[in-house]
Amino acid sequence: MDVRVSNIRKEFDRYPALNDVSLDIRSGELIALLGPSGSGKTTLLRLIAGLEQPTLGKIFFGNEDASHRTVQERHVGFVFQHYALFRHMTVADNIAFGLTVRPRGERPPKTEIRRRVSDLLDMVQLSGLEKRYPNQLSGGQRQRVALARAMAIEPKVLLLDEPFGALDAKVRKELRRWLREFHDRTGHTTVFVTHDQEEALELADRVVVMSQGQIEQVGSSDDVYDRPNSPFVFSFIGDSASLPVTVADNAVRFQDEPIGIAPKANDIQSGSGTLFFRPQDVTLVTDPATPALEGRVATSRRLAGTRIADLDISRQGESHHVEIEIPLDAQAATGTIIRFKPTRWKLFAE
Amino acid sequence: MAPNSSRRLRSPTTEAPFARYALMTAAFLFLALFLLLPLAAVFIEAFRKGPGEFFASMNDPDTLAAIRLTLLVAVIAVPLNLVFGMAAAWAIAKFEFKGKAFLTTLIDLPFSVSPVISGLVYVLLFGAGSVLGPWLKSHGIEVLFAVPGIVLATVFVTFPFVARELIPLMQEQGTGDEEAALSLGASGWQTFWYVTLPNIKWGLLYGVLLCNARAMGEFGAVSVVSGHIRGLTNTMPLHVEILYNEYNFVAAFAVASLLAALALVTLVVKTVLELHYGAEIAAGRKH
Repeated sequence: MDVRVSNIRKEFDRYPALNDVSLDIRSGELIALLGPSGSGKTTLLRLIAGLEQPTLGKIFFGNEDASHRTVQERHVGFVFQHYALFRHMTVADNIAFGLTVRPRGERPPKTEIRRRVSDLLDMVQLSGLEKRYPNQLSGGQRQRVALARAMAIEPKVLLLDEPFGALDAKVRKELRRWLREFHDRTGHTTVFVTHDQEEALELADRVVVMSQGQIEQVGSSDDVYDRPNSPFVFSFIGDSASLPVTVADNAVRFQDEPIGIAPKANDIQSGSGTLFFRPQDVTLVTDPATPALEGRVATSRRLAGTRIADLDISRQGESHHVEIEIPLDAQAATGTIIRFKPTRWKLFAE
Repeated sequence: MAPNSSRRLRSPTTEAPFARYALMTAAFLFLALFLLLPLAAVFIEAFRKGPGEFFASMNDPDTLAAIRLTLLVAVIAVPLNLVFGMAAAWAIAKFEFKGKAFLTTLIDLPFSVSPVISGLVYVLLFGAGSVLGPWLKSHGIEVLFAVPGIVLATVFVTFPFVARELIPLMQEQGTGDEEAALSLGASGWQTFWYVTLPNIKWGLLYGVLLCNARAMGEFGAVSVVSGHIRGLTNTMPLHVEILYNEYNFVAAFAVASLLAALALVTLVVKTVLELHYGAEIAAGRKH
């Protein structure tokens, strides 16, 4: 089922948590809402679920306006950050809950419910644990019970709030892969919230990067990593260096000195801006006559197959540091002068 | 190090044996003198002239009427406060609204005000000089010096027990479980019945127990509104006072021993609940 969020505004005590947010989620897609805390990503998820009501704007499920439907009517599967399993019920009763609370006419018979529960337990690989209580399960097991419980009502849309937030690193990795397979097998439209970019980039078909109640960029992992459309996205996703630069005479200049790159056709041709590049997207310049950025190695560290150098490129008193990747055989003792220029970069006008 | 050095190594928070025993003795002596001795005295007085006299005084029609009235008042007041208390706790713990702090303070009012005043409030509201009293009387409803007045005073005095027990518990549990139930399609009523209520059942039982003990034992507020009509508006505590003032010690202490026994039963059940309920809370904190 398609989900369309249209010009949503949400205020809490007149403070806007979301401001004019629009998003199209295609049927069967796996979408990550990624952003720092306070960016409004969880609020957006709760609005889609119907756990919050928007101040302005609409939410469509397919072609139907679902804005005024209650959370029960929206028929979504919601997995809560801390799972919210019913502690006084067994695993089987937890999973069956969504079926047992149905009105008598729509409720499947007991044997059918039992069969569905056992199928779901199979699916989340927890067969044999139906008689356990939530406090007798590990974090990863609880997480999967919560997922099975949400799936029991055969939701059209699956919503997960920080699904791996409370798990340790190893379980997190396993469950991540498992969730991807699960999604590919079941084909549900799935939206999950995370503050972990690695998780979002690895797992999602499309990543929605959010900041301060607004959507900054929507795109595939490659889009948001290789073609960030704003300074926020460039600095939030992956490692990056940023420098205040000016553009004049068809050259990008750092503190009035040309650094060996020219503005692209659709960049600003004069004035000031900020230059972003990633540590690996640089090349060392050996010819002293070629314009380049120049810095003194402050520290350097070995990182797997490369070496990262922290360069002090301060001139005229203002302190500026950038981190770049240099070849393992390059001179990198503290104090060494290194000249380099970015090979891939992005210039944002001020 | 010489092996005997371990004798001098004591946990830093433990006092010397002398200090420990002195403190424990003081505590036990105090408890014995001020709690156990009076309690024992009640039972000894009740059985001073033998069990025959004890049961004979219990069989007195006025005593039986007092016991019936006390039970009746508790049977009305406790369920009312169960519902009111749960409603108040629900509102305070799960919703944000204006005047919430005021409501929280208001719940504590019956605890902070003297029971005599709680009684006098109803005299003012329903007495002969009030607006409500004569109007109700003309419609054949007696409030003051009758059962309704006693029930009202008891409800007022015992209101905080359930609410105060539930508010911190419900606040700590938050609304996550309720949201989960709603998202799975449960109605508001089903959510309350299958999710909220099981989560608070031990706290609720505990509050009801304390509420019941107080409802049966309340003296001050009830004394003001009851009118002390023997066989009609005397609850057990009031009846004890009347018997005592008539120098009918065996009967007075016989009824008093019933109240004391109720207190002991409450205490035992409360302790058992605390063991169980403590474990529930701990389980709740684990996830």
